[in-house]
Amino acid sequence: MNRFRRAMKIFLCVLREIFDESSYARFLKLRNLPSSPSAYAAYWREREAVHARKPRCC
Amino acid sequence: MLDGMRKTLSVLFWLAVASLGAVAIAVVALRRGEPINALWLVAAAACCYALGYRFYSRFIAVKVLALDGRRATPAERLENGRDFLVTNKWVVFGHHFAAIAGPGPLVGPVLAVQFGYLPGTLWILAGAVFAGCVQDFVILVFSVRRDGKSLTEMAKEETGRVGGFVAYVAVIAILVILLGVCALIVVNALKSSPWGTFTIAMTIPIAFLMGIYLRRIRPGKVMEVSVLGFILVLLAIFGGQWASQTPSVARIFSLSAPALAVLIIVYGFAASALPVWLLLAPRDYLSTFVKLGTIALLAIGIVVLHPTLHMPALTRFIDGSGPVFAGKIFPFAFITIACGAISGFHSLISSGTTPKLIARETETRMVGYGAMMAESAVAVMAVIAACVLQPGVYFAINSPAGIVGQAPEAAAATISGWGFPLAAADMQALAHAVGEQTLFNRTGGAPAFAVGMANIFSHTLGGQALMAIWYHFAIMFEALFILTVLDAGTRVARFMIQDALAHVYKPLGRTSWYPSILATSALVVAAWGYFLWQGVKDPLGGINSLWPLFGIANQLLATVALCVATTVIIKMHKTRYAAITLLPLVWLVTVTFTASWHKIFDSNARIGFLAQARSLELGPSTAATARLVFNNRLDAAVTAILVVLVSLVLFESLLTWIGVLRGNRDARVKESPFVMTRLAAEDGI
Repeated sequence: MNRFRRAMKIFLCVLREIFDESSYARFLKLRNLPSSPSAYAAYWREREAVHARKPRCC
Repeated sequence: MLDGMRKTLSVLFWLAVASLGAVAIAVVALRRGEPINALWLVAAAACCYALGYRFYSRFIAVKVLALDGRRATPAERLENGRDFLVTNKWVVFGHHFAAIAGPGPLVGPVLAVQFGYLPGTLWILAGAVFAGCVQDFVILVFSVRRDGKSLTEMAKEETGRVGGFVAYVAVIAILVILLGVCALIVVNALKSSPWGTFTIAMTIPIAFLMGIYLRRIRPGKVMEVSVLGFILVLLAIFGGQWASQTPSVARIFSLSAPALAVLIIVYGFAASALPVWLLLAPRDYLSTFVKLGTIALLAIGIVVLHPTLHMPALTRFIDGSGPVFAGKIFPFAFITIACGAISGFHSLISSGTTPKLIARETETRMVGYGAMMAESAVAVMAVIAACVLQPGVYFAINSPAGIVGQAPEAAAATISGWGFPLAAADMQALAHAVGEQTLFNRTGGAPAFAVGMANIFSHTLGGQALMAIWYHFAIMFEALFILTVLDAGTRVARFMIQDALAHVYKPLGRTSWYPSILATSALVVAAWGYFLWQGVKDPLGGINSLWPLFGIANQLLATVALCVATTVIIKMHKTRYAAITLLPLVWLVTVTFTASWHKIFDSNARIGFLAQARSLELGPSTAATARLVFNNRLDAAVTAILVVLVSLVLFESLLTWIGVLRGNRDARVKESPFVMTRLAAEDGI
C-alpha cells in the first residue's frame, strides 16, 4: 500500500513538473509571492524565452 | 549463501527473458503465410528492451562512461530554481519522454509497413537498443559533464568549428523540412473532412480559453485547465460529427488541400508571433495531456485485445516499387523510421532542458537510455496499429491518386492486382463507419494509423458504433500534437535565426522587438510553407519526396551527434569502447549517404529527384511543370548540401581521432571540473 502511495505521489510529481505547476510553485517560493494573475504574468515574463526555445521532437 | 542463491535466480530469470525474446523474434521473423498475433511483437520488444537496458546500457554506464554518483551535476552546482534544478529521476524521465515523443514514431513506422511488418520491427528494436538509446544516453551524459551545453556547442568545442556550424545548419534544415512534412500530414488527414477540420479548428479557441483561464482565473493550475481543455476537445469531436452531418456547416469545413495549406501557414505565423502564454503553452499542455493518455490507452488496448496482424511479414514492395514511397528496404526503411529507432533530433533534447535537471550522473542511464526505449515502444505500437488493417485497406489509404488512380473502382482494381484484395464498396463502408466521405489517397500515415487505432479501440470500448468517434479522436490526437510541433518548431527556428542575425545587426537578435519577430517568423514560415505547398501540389502526394528528405536530414543530425560522441570517447582514452558509437555512426553514414545518392541520382523518376525533373521536362507541359521541375531540383540541392556539410564534420572528426590517437593533438575533453556532490554526502555515500 505504501509503495502504491509512493508511486502515485511520484506520478503526480511527474505530471506537476511536465505541466509546469512545480516550476510556478518554485517561482512563488523564491520570491515569496502568493499566487495571483500578476504573479503568474511575472512568471511567464521570466519563463517565456525558456519555454519558447524548448524544441518538441518529431 | 543467500547472495549465491540470488545470483542463480537472477541468471535463471535473465536466461528466461532471453529465451522468450529469441522465440518471439523467431516467430516474428520466420512465420510466413499466416497471420501472427500482435503479442509476439510486444513480447519481442519487451525482451529486447529489458536485455538491452539491463546489460548493454549497464556496460556503457560502467565501462565506457564510468558514471560517477559522487560527481555533482550542473542541476546541483548551478541550481537557480529555474532551468537548473535538482529533480527526481522519474520526474526527469517523464519530462524527457514528453519532449522526445512526437508524431515521428507514429508516422514513420506506419509508412514503412508497406514493406511488411518485419523490416520495420527489426529496425525499431535493433536501432533503438544499439543506436538510438545509446545516442540519447551518451549525449545526455556528455552534456551533464559540460554544464548542460547544447549539441552545437559541444560539437564546436570537441570536434571543431565546422562541427558546430554544420550542427547549426542541420538543425535549421531539419526544422524547416520537419515542419513542412508535419503540416503536410495534417493537410492530408483533414482535406475534405469537415469532421476532422471542425475538431482541429476548435482546438485553437480552446487553447486561447485555456491561456486566459490560466492567466486570469486560476493562475498556474495547469493540470486542472488541461482536464477542462480535454473535455472541451472531446465535445469538439462530437461537435465535428454534428458539423459533418449539417450540410451548411459541412460546406464551410470541407476544405481542399491547398486551402488547408494556406490556413496552416497563416496559423503557423500567428502562433510564432503571438505571446507564448496565449496559444503555444496551453496547446502544448493540452497536446501533452492527450498524448500521454492516448499512448497509455493504446498500449492497454493492444495488450488486452492482442489483435491479429493481417499485413504479411514481407510484401512484394521490398523490391522498391512501393506505392507509399519508392525505394528498396535498404536504405529507405532505415530513413523512413527515424524517431522509433534513432533520431538526431533527440540529441537536441538530451543536450537541452534535460541535463539541467539531472540530480545524479548515474540517473542519466534511466533517463537517456530508458526514455528512448519507451519512444521505441510507441513505434512498435504504431506498427501494430497499421498491421491490424487488411493490407488492401492499408494501401488504399496510403497510396496517392497518381499511383492507384482517382476513381475508387480503379484504385481498388490496382490494389487487388498487387495481390491485396480490395472492393471499392468495402472501402466506402469503412469510410462511412469512420464518418468520412472517402479514405482513398489519404497519404501521410496519420489516417492509416487512426483507422488502425479506431479498430483496436472500437473492439475494446464501445464497439463498431463508436468507430467514427475513435477515428476522429485519433485524428485529433495526431493533428493536435503535430500542430504543437509546428508552433514550437517555428518559434525555436525563429530564435535560432534571431541569434545568428544578431551578429549582423544587434536589434535583430532581440526576441521582444516586434519588427524582428515578424520578419524572422515570416522567414521561417515561408521556408516550411514552401515545402508544404510543394507537397500539396505534388502529383505523387508529397510524402514520397518529403518524408525521405526529412529522414535523411534527421539521420544526418544523428551522424553529427555520433561524431561528437565518438570524439569524446576517444579523447577519454576509451578507444577500445568507441565501437558503441562508431558502429551506429558507420551504419548511419552508409544508410544516409546511400539514400541521398538514390534520392538525387537514381534513374527511376519515382526515386531520384533529378530523374523526376527530367521526366517532367520530357512529358506534357502544363502550367505547373516548370514549378515541379524546380522543386525537384531544389530537393536534390538541399539533400546534396546536407551530405556535403556532414561529410565535412566526418572529415574533421576523423582528423581529430587520428590526431588524438597519434598523440599530436590535444586529447583533453572540455568537461567541467569534478566537484563532490553534496547530495551524496547527505546520503552517506
